[in-house]
Amino acid sequence: MNDVLKIGKYEFSSRLIVGTGKYPSLEVMQAAHEASGTKMVTVAIRRIGLDDKSGKTMLDYLDREKYTILPNTAGCYSAKEAILTAQLARELLETDLIKLEVIGDPQTLYPDTRETLAAAAQLVKDGFTVLPYVLDDPIACKQLEEEGCAAVMPLAAPIGSGLGVCNPYSIRIIKERANVPVIVDAGVGTASDAAVAMELGVDAILMNTGIAAAREPVQMAQAMKHAVIAGRLAYLSGRMEKRLYANASSPMSNLIAIEKP
Amino acid sequence: MKASINGEEHQLPDGLTVAGLLEHLQRPTRGIAVAKNDRVVQRAQFDREFVADGDRIEIIQAVAGG
Repeated sequence: MNDVLKIGKYEFSSRLIVGTGKYPSLEVMQAAHEASGTKMVTVAIRRIGLDDKSGKTMLDYLDREKYTILPNTAGCYSAKEAILTAQLARELLETDLIKLEVIGDPQTLYPDTRETLAAAAQLVKDGFTVLPYVLDDPIACKQLEEEGCAAVMPLAAPIGSGLGVCNPYSIRIIKERANVPVIVDAGVGTASDAAVAMELGVDAILMNTGIAAAREPVQMAQAMKHAVIAGRLAYLSGRMEKRLYANASSPMSNLIAIEKP
Repeated sequence: MKASINGEEHQLPDGLTVAGLLEHLQRPTRGIAVAKNDRVVQRAQFDREFVADGDRIEIIQAVAGG
């Protein structure tokens, strides 16, 4: 089946986007990326340590032939910071892709919708392919789409919480109304969470902690790969209707009879 | 002259370009990007863009993240 994920001018053969944070080692990260089947991985942008003379960075551990790199603006609390971070990421990575993340509060890590919208408008104008992290808020998602974002990325649950899809009805409404891909970003804790999200019809899932914080990250990456594929196929197949009472699968006619006592 | 590099004040030789600054810091130019006073300095401009007294320089890299 040719089921390609299209984001702006980009196409991906996997619907799973994976982070590079929190792995027990870089070797485990690389193996997990491989096992997940992902085609796009995220990185963050930070100041260099002036004492570190090695010059080695995360980019030395990512095969850019295999993976598209999606830089994020994680840690930014204002549109201004996020815009400069995006511009630096573009210069560093020679990509116009940006995962726009403007945080509103350190405990919930919920996005600041006002600042996210302002940054999105500016970045779209500046030629970026903008993928904004947003609340599971259909109105905010619509507004980001109207600003020209190439996708919207509502959270399933708080970043790093692993709570799964907390508000499936909102995610469904977002998907029904969106004309751009909907990518569930954050909150997926295990394979069933990923399948649930995909069965709601979303186009892709971005996850990091769900894989990296598993006891066996590489095995969990493989589980997530299968869950995303299974959820996608189930969505495309159209599930049966739910019913309250049983409905036999075997014929109820031509049954044998025995003499009643 | 004095300039802020990644939030820290540094005493620097006068007349440094961005390329000269990176050399001064003993940092290779690969794997990083630079902003001066909140504007990106393109890699191709590293040996033409000068650092002046009071400038705020940010030097960034890609790190692990989700």
